[in-house]
Amino acid sequence: MIEVKDLHKTFGEVKAVDGVSFSARDGEITGLLGPNGAGKTTTLRMLYTLMSPDRGQVLVDGIDPASDPVAVRKRLGVLPDAHGLYKRLTARENIDYFGRLQGMDEALIAQRREELIEALGMGDFAARRTEGFSQGQRVKTAIARALVHGPDHVILDEPTNGLDVMATRAMRAFMRKLRDEGKCVLFSSHIMQEVAALCDRIVVIAHGRVAADASPDQLREQTGESNLEDAFVKIIGTEEGLAA
Amino acid sequence: MNATLTVFLKEVRENLRDRRTITSALVMGPLLGPFLFVMLMNVIINKQLDKAEKPLKVPVIGAQRAPNLVHALEQYGLVVEPAIQHPEAAVKQQLADVVLRIPASYPKAWNKGDPAQVEVIYDASRRDADTPVKRVKAMLEQYSRTQGAIRLLARGLSPAVSTPVVVAQRDQSTPQSRAGQLFAFMPYFFVVGVFIGGMYLAIDLTAGERERKSLEPLFVNPVARWRILLGKLGATAAFATASLVLSLVAFHLAGYILPTDKLGMSIDLGLGFAGTVLLLMLPLAALFASLQTLVSAFAKSYREAQTYLSILMLLPMLPSMILSFTPVKATNWMYAVPLLGQQLGITELLRGGSVTAVQVALVLVSGFLAALVAVLVTVRVYGSERLAISA
Repeated sequence: MIEVKDLHKTFGEVKAVDGVSFSARDGEITGLLGPNGAGKTTTLRMLYTLMSPDRGQVLVDGIDPASDPVAVRKRLGVLPDAHGLYKRLTARENIDYFGRLQGMDEALIAQRREELIEALGMGDFAARRTEGFSQGQRVKTAIARALVHGPDHVILDEPTNGLDVMATRAMRAFMRKLRDEGKCVLFSSHIMQEVAALCDRIVVIAHGRVAADASPDQLREQTGESNLEDAFVKIIGTEEGLAA
Repeated sequence: MNATLTVFLKEVRENLRDRRTITSALVMGPLLGPFLFVMLMNVIINKQLDKAEKPLKVPVIGAQRAPNLVHALEQYGLVVEPAIQHPEAAVKQQLADVVLRIPASYPKAWNKGDPAQVEVIYDASRRDADTPVKRVKAMLEQYSRTQGAIRLLARGLSPAVSTPVVVAQRDQSTPQSRAGQLFAFMPYFFVVGVFIGGMYLAIDLTAGERERKSLEPLFVNPVARWRILLGKLGATAAFATASLVLSLVAFHLAGYILPTDKLGMSIDLGLGFAGTVLLLMLPLAALFASLQTLVSAFAKSYREAQTYLSILMLLPMLPSMILSFTPVKATNWMYAVPLLGQQLGITELLRGGSVTAVQVALVLVSGFLAALVAVLVTVRVYGSERLAISA
């Protein structure tokens, strides 16, 4: 369970996040939808303790990262927007490195690693150095690396960015699998169709504020639009920065 | 496993797979110094040997005006070359090292018993001509003294009359200290070896990692940032130290190749020397690692970090340069100044002297204190929010 209460973050003159509140429940996929530059990434960064909010509070299973960031990070599996790999290490070595940083013992790392390689279909390239990987291979490796410790909360910042159709489908299936395991899955996207297809709960963000926070059905009811995409556009007020 | 150790091992492994790091840290850094050193020394030594032993060929203008003088010079080892036109220009254009001119007034002055003038034409700014010029001057003085003595004897006086004071020279330099003087720039090679050894890692592990966008995922792990930083600093310092060790080995081997004994010099680059240098330099490995990381943390990109660090590289040159222009008498407090202490200590060792335990302690304590301050500042910078953000 992730709770976000009235977050504010300013960079110089720019109010990147201006009073964002929502919660993401266990066993649900929560989508943060918003145009580029709406404040999604900054909100997520405050969630996974890379930034501290100017005002407001984050709670992960009731723990505030402001008081115990390490305990919060232990509970999170994060795929940031920037998810560079170590290109001189193999995919397996990349995963192992993060497993060790999580403080896991070697046997457990090996077991979890092979499970993830299986689940993500990485068998063909897991032994190769990551230099020259395709975008899809890179994202899969980055996700395996982020989830090696089996966290209850999974935060993914634009996980399907730059992926081809097959890789996108695989990614969505994987997110559903995580949800079915009872995890709290929170991801951001500017792609309306993706959010509509995946989410149990949708938080629409525009101009650093929450414009809507509801289930897909509720959103359709609220706006009186039968099509979710039209509902989004109506809520945000513009199509700019969104993708179908 | 401890997080710092995990980071350290991963960085070392990853960088051992990087050809650029290997070439710069473990080949160029440590070997460039010794290589340049051997080349340079060979040129210098061979030149000096050449000039001191070879027959001295000097164009003489007006040789027919002073046959006795010329004959005497030939006996001292001078080979008379035919006269040349425009001797001043020839010396300036390096066509001749030195030219001797006997003016038309010479025979007349000589016969009258007046001081007869001869001209030595040379260019003092041409260091390579030093030895021949000195040799010609010495020959002329010797001839002058001999003739003076003969004239005194002819007048029934003892030649001793004209030498009221005799200077006896007692040179206290040892073969080693003479070599040390020549090798004053060697400490700089060690310092640069350490600097280059760690440089690429420092850039790669902070600015490089940010540029490749892997810093953000790394910081999401449940590890305090200062632990990650310490692992990175450790890896950087380890490469710097490895570079230094290779450099010491290379200099040790260079000691066998150089024909320093032919110049009446000796240089000891043995185990004792290497061990003490290594000890003196250790604080610098730590200090440089954190300074380089600190600078890389401010840089926005790999290239920017590289630019800043090449400027920072001038810093360790300062003591070497200052000391080579204005040699100072080393006092203990100087050993407490990082870089200066290393410079003085290594120079002293090269001169065949030794450093006291107090001096070693001063170097170590001050060096590690400076390194500690640098590490603390770097920890602060590493904790900043801005650091992890790639774009």
